[in-house]
Amino acid sequence: MNARMAKWFGALAVLSFAAAPVFAQGSLSVICRCVEGGVNAEMVQWLKDDVFPAFEAHKAEQGETVTLELVEFGGSDEALQQQYALDLSVGTGPDVLAFDGFWTPDFVEAGYIQPLDQVAGDVVWAWDGWDHISEGLRELIGFQGEVYGLGTGTDVRMIFYRKDLLEEAGLEVPWQPESWEELLADARQVRDALDIAPLQLNAGTAMGEATTMQGWFMALLGTGVHMYDFDEGVWIGEHPGILQALELYDTVYNEEGLGDERMQLVSQGRDQSFGSFRDGETAMLVEGDWFWRSVMAPGSEWEPAAGRDEVVGWAKMPAVEPGAGYAGHDFVSISGGTGFALNPNTADGELAWELLSFMFSYDMQMAYQEIQPRIRIRDDVPVTGDPEMSRMAEELLAVSTVRPQLPAYARISEAAQRMTERVVSGEMSPQEAMEAYADTLESIVGADNVVRAD
Amino acid sequence: MNLVRFVLARVGFSAFVAVIAAAFALPLLWLILAPFHDQATLSVSLPTNPTLDNFRAVFDNQFAVRALFVNSMIQAAGAMVLTTLVATLGAYALARIHLPGRDVFVYVLILFSSVVTGSAAMVPVFLLIFRMGLIDQHLGVILVFTGGLLPVALFIMRDFMQSIPRSYEESALVNGANQWQMLRDVVLPMTRSGMMVIGIWAFVNVWGSFLIPFILLRSPDKMPAATATYSFYTEAGTPVITLISAYALLYVIPVLVLYLFVNWKYGFQFFGGIKS
Amino acid sequence: MPSTHQDSTILTRRTGLTLLAPTFAFIGLFLLFPFVWVVAISFTDRTLLGAAAADPQFIGLDNFRQLFDFDSWMRSGEFGRSLVLTVYFVIASLIGQVFLGLGIALAFHRRKGFLRETIFTLVTLAWILPEAAIAFTWTSFLDPNGTLNTALGAVGLTRPDWLLDAPMASIVMFNVWRGTAFSMLLFSAALGNVRPSYLETADVLGANAWQRFRDVLLPMIKAQLATALILVTLWTFNVFTPFLLTQGGPAFQTDIMAIHTYRIAFRYFEFGQGSAIAVIVMLINFVLAGVYLFALKRGEGAR
Repeated sequence: MNARMAKWFGALAVLSFAAAPVFAQGSLSVICRCVEGGVNAEMVQWLKDDVFPAFEAHKAEQGETVTLELVEFGGSDEALQQQYALDLSVGTGPDVLAFDGFWTPDFVEAGYIQPLDQVAGDVVWAWDGWDHISEGLRELIGFQGEVYGLGTGTDVRMIFYRKDLLEEAGLEVPWQPESWEELLADARQVRDALDIAPLQLNAGTAMGEATTMQGWFMALLGTGVHMYDFDEGVWIGEHPGILQALELYDTVYNEEGLGDERMQLVSQGRDQSFGSFRDGETAMLVEGDWFWRSVMAPGSEWEPAAGRDEVVGWAKMPAVEPGAGYAGHDFVSISGGTGFALNPNTADGELAWELLSFMFSYDMQMAYQEIQPRIRIRDDVPVTGDPEMSRMAEELLAVSTVRPQLPAYARISEAAQRMTERVVSGEMSPQEAMEAYADTLESIVGADNVVRAD
Repeated sequence: MNLVRFVLARVGFSAFVAVIAAAFALPLLWLILAPFHDQATLSVSLPTNPTLDNFRAVFDNQFAVRALFVNSMIQAAGAMVLTTLVATLGAYALARIHLPGRDVFVYVLILFSSVVTGSAAMVPVFLLIFRMGLIDQHLGVILVFTGGLLPVALFIMRDFMQSIPRSYEESALVNGANQWQMLRDVVLPMTRSGMMVIGIWAFVNVWGSFLIPFILLRSPDKMPAATATYSFYTEAGTPVITLISAYALLYVIPVLVLYLFVNWKYGFQFFGGIKS
Repeated sequence: MPSTHQDSTILTRRTGLTLLAPTFAFIGLFLLFPFVWVVAISFTDRTLLGAAAADPQFIGLDNFRQLFDFDSWMRSGEFGRSLVLTVYFVIASLIGQVFLGLGIALAFHRRKGFLRETIFTLVTLAWILPEAAIAFTWTSFLDPNGTLNTALGAVGLTRPDWLLDAPMASIVMFNVWRGTAFSMLLFSAALGNVRPSYLETADVLGANAWQRFRDVLLPMIKAQLATALILVTLWTFNVFTPFLLTQGGPAFQTDIMAIHTYRIAFRYFEFGQGSAIAVIVMLINFVLAGVYLFALKRGEGAR
């Protein structure tokens, strides 16, 4: 055996040992849509600098050697979901999966993920962290009363605006429109004064779930309806509110040129909207708090040159008129939640849970909070260091609602994106687009589960 | 009169050639220039400060280097060897034994393959490879590629085989060789150039393909260069253009080299081949 | 073609079948099986996610009925629209590739030298370079500030945002660029077989270029023309590469068949529905292939 072959055999031997958790050794892999120096870079930093070393040290104290690996996934959310679906359908994949809450029902029904206590055993419920996570937030990555993972936190949505541009156009800052009419009037004023298309309300399929959350829901909820009737257990296919929300899109993008529809259609459109906001081409952008705390974070690529804290403000998204919003609110917001789930195919479920619960321990969550202050699920972890984030949580969580956590949601969400696209691109009138949407709903969940106008 | 016509023809010809050359060369310009820029953009310009830093940075990226020099090589070379082997043996048999409908057989296969290799067939292929326990393995990718490339390989190889005079084989048999010896000592040496063509063709095909490895491989450390460039593009939502262009250039070089080799050795053209 | 009547003297049938066994195995596994599976699955509601992933049901012709729901099938992103887009795409690509390929082959017929080598190399490289790398160069080529617009600007033309304003034209242009080499090589090989004496005769008779082409060259390459037409049609029908440029958008304007199928099967994970589309596509392809075989048989009979 020559030297090179010996080296290969050596490497193989090491590998096969690493794969089998004997001799109190273990290895776990974590995957997230995060890239060092790129998207969700804060998560990489937290996992690699805080969690991994601390967990390895913690296990070393118990006399165990644990090797941790982070798989940095660079594609889109949709590509990650696709990767999980393929991975889990054939029984592979990393042990701990960064997971978007709304994926849960589909994955559960396909039999791809299992409740935490089935993966790791009853030891799960012995964790002291549960005392600090409210019942509601336990279901961020849950379905039908079972818990499949832990949420990193929840979020809220609002209108971000450029203080400098609004002032230049003669609007008063801080700015807060009270109705759609005011919102449109102010947008017109900026358009006329600065000759830009000032307002971006996400539309179209290219933006994926960002259209549904930052665009469609923000418009729809303002009319007082939701996508789903929770009392009757049916999807709302046709409704005056849907029409009104579509007409808002029509006004913004087609009739009055208040928004730039090109960004809604091209495949890198969301990045373009970030860039356009940074460069002062967009003055009002409906986005989630992620945009504030991660995308525009001080020093990042998308931070406006004059500094985020100096030139960016935020306003609550108004309902059509005060009191007309969903559940009678004056303002609207929608919340989602991402987090981490356990892969049931893991070689060592108990160890995987140990890591997951360690990630959500008080110390680790506080460490995360230092890197990126946001709304965490533990009630003993406050939003520290960023008064704007605290104010967002305070003012918007109360009016915010959530997506229907149902298996068909992902497909229906895509249908809603398509509906907005058809209006924005001029293919259909709002009325036609709504009818087409209702047709699609019926083909997904059956006519019995869809409400249509008579 | 004739002179005018001659001049007009020359001018027309030159204009046609110039337009064709521009149309086919311009899209490639970026690929040649951008990697040497210190700050590449999507527009094309001559690098004012030509640099090799981008290549250095690419070589620092273990994932990308591994994809290009290990994974793509394994998959392309594997499919090349397997396709050539199976096609050569099969084509020889098709050329020399009488099977009913064998002429139609190859045509039907070709048509069939262009029908079945679309993205729709990815689903059963994915499940098949899963059942065979070959998901996330180089072998799975190699087998699927071989299956897809085989019909055209058979088609071209059979053409080669038919151009070999039967007398060589007959005299080998007369001289007491058995069929396997005849195959090894007479047939294979004479079809070497055909095997070369098939092999290179298979290599280039696999080297460039994106969808099959993208679906069949799961772990990043097995992905070939085609999928690695893809993830460069979407990483962080903003493509690192300098690195992508450098990587893309490295990625096309093997194909370029093979082309030049074939062109020098045989002249790159269809020989007999697909002519009805 | 060599004679076939004395085949069995060299190879015994048994050895021959042994040599063919791997071929049959690969064809059975990777061509026949996917074909049968796709047909079978198209009658179920199988998915990759959700309840139907764990327990798929037989639903008869529902998938097909949904595809051919004439109230909705022409809407953006739906099957009928995709079919129409594909027909545009195929016809435009076909005309572009075959004419351009024929033009280049004719222009360099009976010529040799540096110019021919350069053009042939460029056109061939466009065909054989890996698609993932090509996708990047084309994204930059079509960028609002890319090479194409720079070139157009230089001669005083407008500079559109190609992928947004003219997505279908963009992918046709791309596909013609990518695929012309096949026709070019095919025709130039065919023209190479034309005996110089025929052309000399035509010259002596005082034929002009068009007459020479129509009366001497065209009859000689008719078979290749048919081959090119049908193979390019089949390939273009199934081509997926434009996905790397447009992802089928904007607003589904480049949602050609291969991309449409991919989206249904691997984005929505509707395997049953995706298979139904595949079955229709296969039927269309088989009809085209039938036309090809028929034309071929007739061509041979005529000789």
